[in-house]
Amino acid sequence: MPIQYYLFLSLALFCIGVMGALMRRNAIIIFMSIELMLNAVNLLLAAFSKMYNDSAAQIFVFFIMVVAAAEVAVGLAIIVMVYRKVHSVDVNILNRLKH
Amino acid sequence: MDILQILFWLLTIMAIGCALGVVLSRNPVNSVIFLILTFFAISGHYLLLNAQFLAIVNIIVYAGAIMVLFLFVIMLMNLNADTEPQKSWLVQLAGVVSGGTLFLVIIAAISRANLLGVINTETSNIGLIKVLGQVLFKHYVLPFELSSVLFLSAMIGAIVIGKKDME
Repeated sequence: MPIQYYLFLSLALFCIGVMGALMRRNAIIIFMSIELMLNAVNLLLAAFSKMYNDSAAQIFVFFIMVVAAAEVAVGLAIIVMVYRKVHSVDVNILNRLKH
Repeated sequence: MDILQILFWLLTIMAIGCALGVVLSRNPVNSVIFLILTFFAISGHYLLLNAQFLAIVNIIVYAGAIMVLFLFVIMLMNLNADTEPQKSWLVQLAGVVSGGTLFLVIIAAISRANLLGVINTETSNIGLIKVLGQVLFKHYVLPFELSSVLFLSAMIGAIVIGKKDME
């Protein structure tokens, strides 16, 4: 299995995530697109770790997962707080950051 | 075409199709379900790469914990109706064009990069829990401990942010 296939797969997933973050207005969907991008990077790191027969990259994937979990906890708390203030998760309403 | 290649293409089609479903579906709950399916496909890819620890952690942490959190928040906000206002088609077109341009630019860069790596299908033991644990606790102890501090601060931050009004 050439490494190019994994590169193209990860790149496709990453670009789909970028498109999702640019296209949607729902803050939660934008968050999920960011998770998609993180997973694309994880997959590519795992593929390179297999290619070079080095397990350090898989440790990096593990740390990316840790940081993603922390990020989701804080981000969803912020989204819940915003929803409680303005009763919407539309990012266009939040463009002035002032209530 | 052996069984591994068939599995690779099946998982690839599943991952990309479900990722498109995340972006395109109108209902946020459907997006979450598609994202869970994408994570399962990526876990299948990890298994094909013989990264067993990552496959299991991906299912437990992402598909298990994080997605349940997303689903919980969506249910809490009662967002499961298709009431999301859409961006204008011009903005959507701009998003698709910029994402596709990024895709094309990086593909052009990769195709000139002369990468000769081949992922051999014979089993190696770098993805096993024992090997990863030894590497983690031998070379990466400090980042591991720092990530525990990060987790603690994230937990405290989430609780402080999510509290009812403080005054």
